[in-house]
Amino acid sequence: MIKFKINGTVTEVNDDPETPLLWVIRDSVGLKGTKFGCGKAFCGACSVHVEDQVVRSCSFPLKYAAGKSVTTIEGISDGQELHPVQKAWIEEQVPQCGYCQSGFIMSTVKLLEKNPNPSDEDINNSITNLCRCGTYSRVRKAVHKSAELIKKEQN
Amino acid sequence: MNLFFKKTASVKNPKWQRPVLLAAICLVLLLSMVRCKSNNNNNGYVSIDKKSVKEESLRHFEEITKVLQHPRCINCHPNDNYPRQGDDMHKHLFNVQRGPDDRGITGMKCTSCHQASNNLISGVPGAPQPNDSLASRWHLAPLSMGWIGLDDAELGARLLDKKQNGNMSPKDLVEHMTDDPLVLWAWDPGPGREPIPIPHDEFVEILEKWLETGAEVPKKNKD
Repeated sequence: MIKFKINGTVTEVNDDPETPLLWVIRDSVGLKGTKFGCGKAFCGACSVHVEDQVVRSCSFPLKYAAGKSVTTIEGISDGQELHPVQKAWIEEQVPQCGYCQSGFIMSTVKLLEKNPNPSDEDINNSITNLCRCGTYSRVRKAVHKSAELIKKEQN
Repeated sequence: MNLFFKKTASVKNPKWQRPVLLAAICLVLLLSMVRCKSNNNNNGYVSIDKKSVKEESLRHFEEITKVLQHPRCINCHPNDNYPRQGDDMHKHLFNVQRGPDDRGITGMKCTSCHQASNNLISGVPGAPQPNDSLASRWHLAPLSMGWIGLDDAELGARLLDKKQNGNMSPKDLVEHMTDDPLVLWAWDPGPGREPIPIPHDEFVEILEKWLETGAEVPKKNKD
């Protein structure tokens, strides 16, 4: 049994320690917002937070999550109100098919925690997720919008 | 009169031959003394020729550079802000960058993808911290230890420069290349990657011999 926190709740699973965290989240814990994209840590559709860092959960064995705190797209809001990044995503109408967008949002949340006022270059360098619909220009707008919304909420 | 004198006295030019012969004997004795003195230290042991020791050390370093310049090592010792991948040493896909602490940039840290072991499912390589098998050690060497594009002399000078190498002595460098899990990864890089061609224990022997022979590196040819 491996124990860890997911979205604030302690969870214990009986999966093989080598199982990618992605499949534990989706199949054992039952949270389907985190997506399988490439399975090779290239595309970022599976991005989640482990402790204070974005990780590509398709390439993160369960054993490394033991005792740690994992956050998925379901856990970034408080359950009542959407996270400012999610609000910005809706305002800017970013998704087309939407499949990869939870990964973009998870990466953006962590970027803005560390860098509340990112330039276009910062965004290009930090958000390296792939979107086959080509929503990148709207993603960039939404990241700037998210930064504005976070500042407003803080003031 | 001894036999020698009798013999020499019987030749045609005894007046000049005797002093010449004596001078020759003296010269041989003198040269022998000089040679004995140069080959003996205070303990009476014969010392090793310094020039040949230096040459031996340089030969060991030549072998060491073959390892250091192998893609499994040098891909994480770039001279710019981009890690490399593959035997063709292409820039890491997806604009992956060094970042301020050689561990990637916010949102795209090395450890976002590279964990404490090679991932046989995704194919992403990884290596542990020395004292924590569950924590990832994946990161770039500092820019001051960038080696891509350097010749052997430049690489040697940079390797031994304490201002650039993190204040490491040659002994520290040998220990780093002997024990660091990130270095050892190059011998066990996971499927689809060529490991360093010589066994690690043989590499360590070469390192130790290099150290014993003075840790010499080639000098830059100024021509």
